[in-house]
Amino acid sequence: MNVEQPKLQISGLSKEFRRRGQAVLALDGVDLAIAENEFVSLVGTSGCGKSTLLMIVAGLQDFDTGEVLVDGQPVEGPGRDRGVVFQSYTLLPWLTAQQNVEFALRAAGSKGAELRERAREHLALVGLDRFADAFPNQLSGGMKQRVALARALSYRPKMLLMDEPFGALDALTRHHMQELLTRIWERHRLTVLFITHDVEEAVYLSDRVAIMSNAPGRIKETIPIPLARPRRYDITTSAEFLELHRRVLKSIREESIRAAEMDEALAEG
Amino acid sequence: MPLPNRDGLTTSGAAPRRKRRPSSPFRLTAELTTPQFVGIAVLVFAGLLAAWWAVTASGLVAPLFLPGPGQVFGRLVTLALNGQLWEDAGISIYRIMVGFLIATGLAVPIGVLIGSYRVWEAAIEPVVDFIRYMPVVAFVPLTILWVGTEDPQKFLIIWIGTFFQQVLLIMDNVKRVPWDFIDLGRTLEMPERKILTRIVVPSALPGIWDSLRISLGWAWTWLVLAELVAATSGLGYRIVTAQRFFQTDTIIGYILVLGCFGLISDQAMKAVSRRLFRYAEARR
Ligand SMILES: Nc1ncnc2c1ncn2[C@@H]1O[C@H](COP(=O)(O)OP(=O)(O)OP(=O)(O)O)[C@@H](O)[C@H]1O
Ligand SMILES: [Mg+2]
Repeated sequence: MNVEQPKLQISGLSKEFRRRGQAVLALDGVDLAIAENEFVSLVGTSGCGKSTLLMIVAGLQDFDTGEVLVDGQPVEGPGRDRGVVFQSYTLLPWLTAQQNVEFALRAAGSKGAELRERAREHLALVGLDRFADAFPNQLSGGMKQRVALARALSYRPKMLLMDEPFGALDALTRHHMQELLTRIWERHRLTVLFITHDVEEAVYLSDRVAIMSNAPGRIKETIPIPLARPRRYDITTSAEFLELHRRVLKSIREESIRAAEMDEALAEG
Repeated sequence: MPLPNRDGLTTSGAAPRRKRRPSSPFRLTAELTTPQFVGIAVLVFAGLLAAWWAVTASGLVAPLFLPGPGQVFGRLVTLALNGQLWEDAGISIYRIMVGFLIATGLAVPIGVLIGSYRVWEAAIEPVVDFIRYMPVVAFVPLTILWVGTEDPQKFLIIWIGTFFQQVLLIMDNVKRVPWDFIDLGRTLEMPERKILTRIVVPSALPGIWDSLRISLGWAWTWLVLAELVAATSGLGYRIVTAQRFFQTDTIIGYILVLGCFGLISDQAMKAVSRRLFRYAEARR
């Protein structure tokens, strides 16, 4: 196997939706490669096609042209090699936190004592072992998303796909979740594709930030984040961090201004 | 001011004193204690009873049309003591159980199927929707021609009256299962059949149970209808016979008994639901 081969290789990807008989080009010529154990965030204005791209990589949605390769193999449908953390919590409400993790492990073929132990281990990883027997409606939003993270990690996917996993959380809980995710990622290393609206979150977490352009969606540029690891939350006030933050923000702003102008032109034309 | 902690829960550090809001029971979301709730319900029942008593005791209406509560309850006690009431009720309960179970046993799998697969929805939903709008009453003569006037005809009427509604309600429950739940099953590479049995059905179950509870209420109506038209036993039959002899007290007594049975079966279904789906209890 080629050592240089990226974990995930997306090339020339396009996807069209039909809405009331009209074609909407959601993605057009998306190129993106993610190396093994790399953490890449995807940012862009609302509606530019981030979720669509993630769903295609997850194999939950099909696409029109282009290629999506995982380890050089084309993606054909969803699989346990790619764990997904959805924005909605997707914990099954009739199962406890422990049982929710076990549910995934069982689907992955785990059994008996090993199953229970691994579920417990992963709940401990996200600091929720004390809440193993709580039902989702007894957990706060942040706790639910931690269980969802534990569940996605439990069956050891090669890649983690996260679509605005902390989008519904308040600022403080969000910071806590970001720290938790960084800590887990730095310890266990895993290829991550992470979608967010939050530029600070993207810069803090990532090795690279990919900025998406709008209508049609494609990768406009990727900005490497050479901040040292392990990262603690203090770095968010460092000059280096602020400079990267500014660069990413500028790139997105250019994009949203261009999109607004295009909307205007469309409205006038 | 309490600050949200890391999990978004608010903690009260210095235990701020709880401010007493003016608590009127007529505010939106205002809660009642269980004794308060029951008290109000009982009070309304008692009020209705008193009104009934006042109207009859004052001689405003002739006892032939509306006998007083005393006479009706006296009649019910007599019928209960000589066993007539229990015999009639037993037969009716048996009929409703069988009819309702057949309808439910068919409606649940079919509802789940057409809620989950568009192909089956296209094949079955329009037909069911069409039949649902046909008046059940009009089927009574037809069912008598088809299966006679024995128990099977009662089952059939209950089935016609509930099955089609149940299918559509259950389909709706299944359709409300979040797509993300199904996607979760897919990313875990669960086979379709397991996604259906392990994710879709349990997720829709509280809603399905509620739909069944509602349709059980309708089943009582259809049962009595069937018994009124053609039967030689059951609560509905006794009401028709009583009419023939101008026994208004029996008619009203049996109507009240039917109301009680409906209420009891509804409360029983609710109690089971509370036990079964404790996890789904809304946090308000
Ligand atoms: N099922 C669908 N049918 C039709 N159009 C769709 C569908 N899903 C997405 N789209 C369109 O494709 C475009 C991209 O949508 P997508 O959800 O991927 O955006 P996004 O970048 O994730 O936005 P947000 O940041 O708001 O979540 C949008 O214009 C959206 O309206
Ligand atoms: Mg999205």
